[in-house]
Amino acid sequence: MCLAIPGQILELLPGPPLLAVVDVTGVRRKVDLGLLEDENPLPGDWVLIHVGFAMSKISEQGAHQQMQMLRMLGEDQAAMEEVSGYGLTDRIVEGAPKSP
Amino acid sequence: MATIAAPTKIRFRDAQVEMAHGAGGKASRRLVEGLFAPLLFGADSAQPLGDAAHLDFNGTRIGITTDSFVVRPLRFPGGSIGELAVNGTVNDLAVSGARAEALVVSYVLEAGLPTPVLEAEVRAMGDAARNAGVLIVSGDTKVVEHGKADGMYITTAGIGRAISGLRMSPNSVRPGDHVIISGPIGDHGITILLARGDLDLESDLRSDTRPVLPFVEAIVDVAAPGLRWMRDPTRGGLATSLNELARDCGLGIVLHEDWIPLRDAVRGACELLGLDPLHIANEGQFVAVLAPEFAELALDAIQRTPGGEDAAIIGEVRAAPAATVLGIAPYGGTRVIDMLVGDPLPRIC
Amino acid sequence: MKFVDEFRHPTAITQTAEEIRRIADPERHYRLMEVCGGHTHAIYRFGLKDLLPDNVELVHGPGCPVCVLPMGRIDDGLAIGAQPDVIFTAFGDMMRVPGANGSPLEHKARGMDVRIVYSPADALKLAENNPEKHVMFFAIGFETTAPSTALTLLRARDKGVHNFSIFCNHVTIIPAIRAILDSPDMRIDAFLGPGHVSTVIGCRPYTWIAENEGKPIAVSGFEPLDLLQSILMALRQLNAGRAEVENQYQRVVPWDGNQAALRAMAQVFELRPYFEWRGLGFISQSALRIKDELAEWDAEHRFQVPGVRVTDPKAAQCGEVLKGVLKPSQCKLFGKECTPEHPIGALMVSSEGSCAAYFNYEHRKSAELVGIGA
Repeated sequence: MCLAIPGQILELLPGPPLLAVVDVTGVRRKVDLGLLEDENPLPGDWVLIHVGFAMSKISEQGAHQQMQMLRMLGEDQAAMEEVSGYGLTDRIVEGAPKSP
Repeated sequence: MATIAAPTKIRFRDAQVEMAHGAGGKASRRLVEGLFAPLLFGADSAQPLGDAAHLDFNGTRIGITTDSFVVRPLRFPGGSIGELAVNGTVNDLAVSGARAEALVVSYVLEAGLPTPVLEAEVRAMGDAARNAGVLIVSGDTKVVEHGKADGMYITTAGIGRAISGLRMSPNSVRPGDHVIISGPIGDHGITILLARGDLDLESDLRSDTRPVLPFVEAIVDVAAPGLRWMRDPTRGGLATSLNELARDCGLGIVLHEDWIPLRDAVRGACELLGLDPLHIANEGQFVAVLAPEFAELALDAIQRTPGGEDAAIIGEVRAAPAATVLGIAPYGGTRVIDMLVGDPLPRIC
Repeated sequence: MKFVDEFRHPTAITQTAEEIRRIADPERHYRLMEVCGGHTHAIYRFGLKDLLPDNVELVHGPGCPVCVLPMGRIDDGLAIGAQPDVIFTAFGDMMRVPGANGSPLEHKARGMDVRIVYSPADALKLAENNPEKHVMFFAIGFETTAPSTALTLLRARDKGVHNFSIFCNHVTIIPAIRAILDSPDMRIDAFLGPGHVSTVIGCRPYTWIAENEGKPIAVSGFEPLDLLQSILMALRQLNAGRAEVENQYQRVVPWDGNQAALRAMAQVFELRPYFEWRGLGFISQSALRIKDELAEWDAEHRFQVPGVRVTDPKAAQCGEVLKGVLKPSQCKLFGKECTPEHPIGALMVSSEGSCAAYFNYEHRKSAELVGIGA
């Protein structure tokens, strides 16, 4: 139910049905784009593949936003370290820092 | 010469033979240890069962091995059954510490096999033998009815003198030893899987079939005193070979997952199909365990041998967890890497 | 691999794990259930439990479509496969699941024409290439896979391929989650929602979990970073006393789901009044059947199936493990009579079943190992 992997559309094939050749780091397979018919998939798009069907387009922006979340995380931690270095641990609200 | 041991009770409980018993994993081991060993080798065989045996003939140590080749399709990118039949046996001897000198070959041919197909395979065997520096000295042929033998089955047996100065055994492995792989894993098995055509996947992958003797000789030249153990990870993959070692020596083997060389296309196919590259067959690789002071020398020697550029140190032996192979991710997460159970099956979940 | 490696990046993973450890309240014990079998597999495969503090516990849910399939249904499928000129096709996941007289692979060894397919589309192609045979596709899976089965049936209809039928065992995730929450021995604090099911159904179907049951749910991806981020999101909600649906897997999960997929499912399937789930019993409106007007491609219509109910051996505690009440190692048969090599229950056969995942990746680790990679 859950194994789905990102791949990139290399070329669309004449339909119907709407099929494409998709590449997954050097392995290629014909993938059915029927579940993306509302979304106008094009060569170069990244899609999530499950049992030979594309389930969803992968949003580059969505992926970036997630990595952004992490960069903010990194900054939070750096800030925390600075604060605890000043001995101001009572200012930390969310619980005492735990050692790994 | 030793006398033939008396047979003992079999411990094999399966009601019938299944494909899994030929996959090289746990089921295969059950069959060999539970049925063949008690009846053919006797309960007292103190040696762990390896692919090749070394026999002493009045002071001359000779290695001997046999292997059958059953592959569909017969031809695939990078090779064919003929080459596998030569390289497979040469490699079994090489990793046991012997130089193959002569092979004998047995063909089981399916009635209806077109002559050009047979000719191509026999030519391929001749070429592979010349390439590997072995003589094919004798053979046998049988023909079976149409519908059996998938075209052809080939069995080879090989013989050759042991490389002197080597004392390899699982018992010589120590915590702190390093594990080296000769190149990227999974190429052969994935190539075959794709070549069958059932999964409708295409790639530029090729089988890695080749003789590994040149690399073994390169290691022996610089690191013989520190060479503890070698194996060619064929069916069952690297995971199965290392689990056999872990079981035989009782120590733990830790693999750093991101150090294991892997081609992108093998990775892509495995991610797509839910397979683990560690369980996929290789036909041109070997894994070696070396004492730490010899590991870098050995690695360097393989890397400087043509075809060995991708060799890498992939892990080390530790006292714990006992008899277990453990994988470590770069962020510290660990998982037990087990032996293959039966044939690796694609999954969707 | 793009969109994979970024989410396996060691530094990002380590930072997220540290944040989890930082905010986990030492006075609390957090129980998070990951519903989906694919998540269970990923958690063990990537060794993520090693990175969590002891008071954050992951409980495995019933989202393994192979595990919840009653043995009788496998026998029904094999009965169809035993008919003359039938080719039995299924995903690799099904091949080693034991029926009363053996698994599909064991039947293959005894002469049945059994083939593994990666896609239902491949089963249809097999039918087109073998007009003198009948190809039956044993369909399993939650809502992630059902749309692909639906489209394949529609393709068969449109191409006029009649030597093809589907044995439909698709189940739906919401009733399974409800069954967990309704179970009296349950104590789950928050959920990690099934990421790929959600690409089809979206996030809206989970709002009752947050609003009516008061449990946070973070819809999660499958890479190590995805799972850790989702755990972090759930913990933050729990610490703040919030209960909301959050979409961690926003790079592929649309809030409203995939309309084309839902349309295809609505065209082909309707809900069965009830269906038996192994370990959970009969659950109403929890499984799909093929609509009457498409009966031509419904294997249950084309063939007689025995419909036998096979009960699990009493000693097997699959049900309790499925509900997260017992850990795999707590089942009396675990690791002894029941192993991946000779599985008694389906949780051991499917590689994403909690017992198999635990057995394969975890149970030989000793406590001294945790942290050796750090």
